[in-house]
Amino acid sequence: MSNNKEEIRIGVYICHCGHNIAGAVDVVGVAEYAAKLPNVVISKDYKYMCSDPGQELIAADIKEYNLNRIVVTSCSPLLHEKTFREATTKAGLNQYFMQMVNIRENVSWVNENFDDATEKSKDLVRAAVQRVAFQRALEKQKVPVNPNVLIVGGGIAGISAALTMANAGKKVYLVEKESTIGGHMAIFDKTFPTLDCAACILTPKMSSVKNHPNITLWTYSEVSNVEGFVGNYKVQVTRKPRYVIEDLCVGCMLCVEKCIFKEGKFPDEFNQGLSKRKPVYVPFPQATPLVAVIDDKTCIHFKTGKCTQTCKTACDRNAIDFDQKPEIKEIEVGTVLLTTGFQAFDAKKVPYYGYGKYPNVFTSLEVERMVNASGPTEGHVLTREGKAPKSVGIIHCVGSRDEKTHKWCSRVCCMYSLKLAHLIKEHTGADVYNFYIDMRTPGKGYEEFYDKLLHEDVHFIRGRVSEVTDWITSPEEEGKLIIRAEDTMIGMVRRIPVDMVVLAVGMEPRDDAQEIRKMFNISCSTEGFFLERHPKLAPVNTFTDGVFIAGACQGPRDIPDSVAQAGAAAAEALVLIDSGHVELEPNTAYIVDEICSGCKSCLNICPYKAITFDLEKNKSSINVALCKGCGTCVAACPSSAIKQNLFEDVEIFSEIKGIFVE
Amino acid sequence: MKYLYYPGCSLKSSGKSYEESMLAVFKHLGIELQELNDWNCCGATNYMAINEQSAMSVTSRNLALAEEQGGSGEINLVAPCNACYMGLLKTKTYLENEQGLRDSVLQKLDSIGMKYEGRVKVRHPLDILVNDFGLDKLKMAVKKPLKDLNVVSYYGCQVVRPITAFDDASDPVYMDQIAMTLGATAVDWGMKVRCCGGSMTSTVSDVGLRLNYLLLKEAKRKKADIIITACPLCQFNLECFQDKISRKYGESVNIPVVFFPQLIGMALGLDKKELGLQRMFVQPQYL
Repeated sequence: MSNNKEEIRIGVYICHCGHNIAGAVDVVGVAEYAAKLPNVVISKDYKYMCSDPGQELIAADIKEYNLNRIVVTSCSPLLHEKTFREATTKAGLNQYFMQMVNIRENVSWVNENFDDATEKSKDLVRAAVQRVAFQRALEKQKVPVNPNVLIVGGGIAGISAALTMANAGKKVYLVEKESTIGGHMAIFDKTFPTLDCAACILTPKMSSVKNHPNITLWTYSEVSNVEGFVGNYKVQVTRKPRYVIEDLCVGCMLCVEKCIFKEGKFPDEFNQGLSKRKPVYVPFPQATPLVAVIDDKTCIHFKTGKCTQTCKTACDRNAIDFDQKPEIKEIEVGTVLLTTGFQAFDAKKVPYYGYGKYPNVFTSLEVERMVNASGPTEGHVLTREGKAPKSVGIIHCVGSRDEKTHKWCSRVCCMYSLKLAHLIKEHTGADVYNFYIDMRTPGKGYEEFYDKLLHEDVHFIRGRVSEVTDWITSPEEEGKLIIRAEDTMIGMVRRIPVDMVVLAVGMEPRDDAQEIRKMFNISCSTEGFFLERHPKLAPVNTFTDGVFIAGACQGPRDIPDSVAQAGAAAAEALVLIDSGHVELEPNTAYIVDEICSGCKSCLNICPYKAITFDLEKNKSSINVALCKGCGTCVAACPSSAIKQNLFEDVEIFSEIKGIFVE
Repeated sequence: MKYLYYPGCSLKSSGKSYEESMLAVFKHLGIELQELNDWNCCGATNYMAINEQSAMSVTSRNLALAEEQGGSGEINLVAPCNACYMGLLKTKTYLENEQGLRDSVLQKLDSIGMKYEGRVKVRHPLDILVNDFGLDKLKMAVKKPLKDLNVVSYYGCQVVRPITAFDDASDPVYMDQIAMTLGATAVDWGMKVRCCGGSMTSTVSDVGLRLNYLLLKEAKRKKADIIITACPLCQFNLECFQDKISRKYGESVNIPVVFFPQLIGMALGLDKKELGLQRMFVQPQYL
């Protein structure tokens, strides 16, 4: 409430914004009009209010005319509210005595009639003049930031971010769902366009994570609860039982060798099901931590209780513990980095490409494992019959750029298809056909790699494949798969018989993305990837302060982009941590205790979980650090006991009155 | 279970055995069909291609009749011919979504004293059997399992496309599932939804015959004993030109082509005549 005894002295500043506003609004006329409004002491128009002279103009006037309220009539507050608040502060006036009016986005850019635009600008200025008189001085609150950080997801993005944060001296908790870190990158054989061995560049980083004194690595673990707010999160992590004591196991593999199953019997997830594993296993030789895990869904001990436990006997370090229970860890962190990655599109969802029906239709990830020397075929590309293919068709955009599945481009498939084409040709000498819609190779050295492939005698057919069948028309085609596609370069439908089909599956949000989104109170964009605060200017921030995102959980991207984003997210988190505290906007809601009846109507409607109930006082209470000032509770309170700074009733009503009453 | 039944022209003429077998099978299974009184042309593909709005006005009269005769609430109207099924379904869908078309059609209906409220659900017998009746119950009704019979299912174009109200648009499986339920072997092939030539077998016969040749040849290569279908035109094209095709391409493509209810009827132990099997040009020896 304004102090009635205080004389209100308002300064109004109309910005031309070059021609942006002045070209569509009579700025001089608006300024002259404003000068006659009640409480307005001075009213001026100026070419660029945001320029230094523009800001100084405000500061000088505050002193000269003893102004105590400022109205800046220019562009969107999103752009320059901070600028004019600072200018106001510089002159010794509380920054919340400044009110902005947007006559650019809301008026000049969207109106064609000069007079109408001018009239509307006058209305908006009049409203702001009435409102600003009631605005109060407010202070930003400072909250300390816990320097510890939680990183969820141990793929290449999580690994990179963890090492950056840890090297900067911060305590990092890295939580990974699987029994090892490494993510999708660990599955790949080579990386494009340099054809670096993926393991050679990834595994040193995995070891660094394991050995870093500042990193606590919890694999086979999931975040189960999150409470608190920016700078002060309380997180619960559930460590699933792996039935092998991590501190005792040295990864000698004796238990795997001595398992009651002589041979692997269950699909090996790491090898995309192309090989079999035992119930006790280590996913791959460079798994980090190098600790065995027992899968209780397939282990005989857990299924029947009638196993001789040969693995346990074999372990001379007594590392196997069948009685292990889930363990809950409670940690406190100030910032959170989500690097939970993606999942590959399920090729069975496009039945016309025959995955799951024809044995020799493979996904790209399966072929990644095949070309890998430590993979299920020891580096040989083989059909299911165990023969080297003489011809291979790679189908691009499976689950990408498709109205029926996913509309987006997955960004990596063109490049990895080129890589696989090169590797398949290198390994088998087969004729390789790439069926593409467009080749998308924007990246350093990517187009050059495509060019290299064009000279390697790989065939490129431009057109979406309509189907893969076993519909052969001559005896020579016996056993082959027939790819039918329109070749848009020659304007004909082509029919190419091949021994093997590779489906370049796209990237999609993980099935558990929604669960994670809810837990950390962030948003997803329509397709289900985590939503960034701004697509261009805040790509690793979210709308929840202190929670950052990086890598393919935010959208399809390749390794270099994921690593770059991880660095950006780490930097953003470091900014928060190193500033030591966060400043909270004071436009928060507050409860007038004398009016609150304790009806609890507000408790469940707060989207930010900012309202709690004080049992002793029998009244609701708002945590200002969590409140985002959305106003939902203010509107919902049946006794009007909740008010909101900067949006007090008197402020809003006087603004509305200003709009309508001349 | 009671449904209104829209036969369309084919089921009363060239596809008579489709009607006979379906009525017999449904009766045997306790699915009651009541023929729509005073039904007219479905608009088919030809009329729709020339003047969609007029064709849909004609089609919508059937929908209006169904509402008059089907009582209150949602009405299930069964259309076994693929062209009728799609014509009715397409009209119904367009009336729901296209304001301009709806206004014009309703006005025309009004001029003959009829109205359409949008209560009709257009159904295909495959949809009814699998989703309403259920394959479990069908299995229990089987008396003579079709052992050692290799069946390929041919769906043609209109039953799942362009509107997919049941099954899958590019890889439909309902007829395969029915064949397996009857004890037969469902042979998978890549031609399930490929074109049968439609009316091109008569108008541009070189193209029409070639399309049917490809289908029959692949069925033979897959060692199928019989082709089953759900469309009178598909059945006609596939069955009636076999001799001509065999002569033209110098290889035998002879194979029985029946409607799927005929296959069901045999497994249920119904009489051949009841199923119209004596009308077939290529007699299925096995059955």
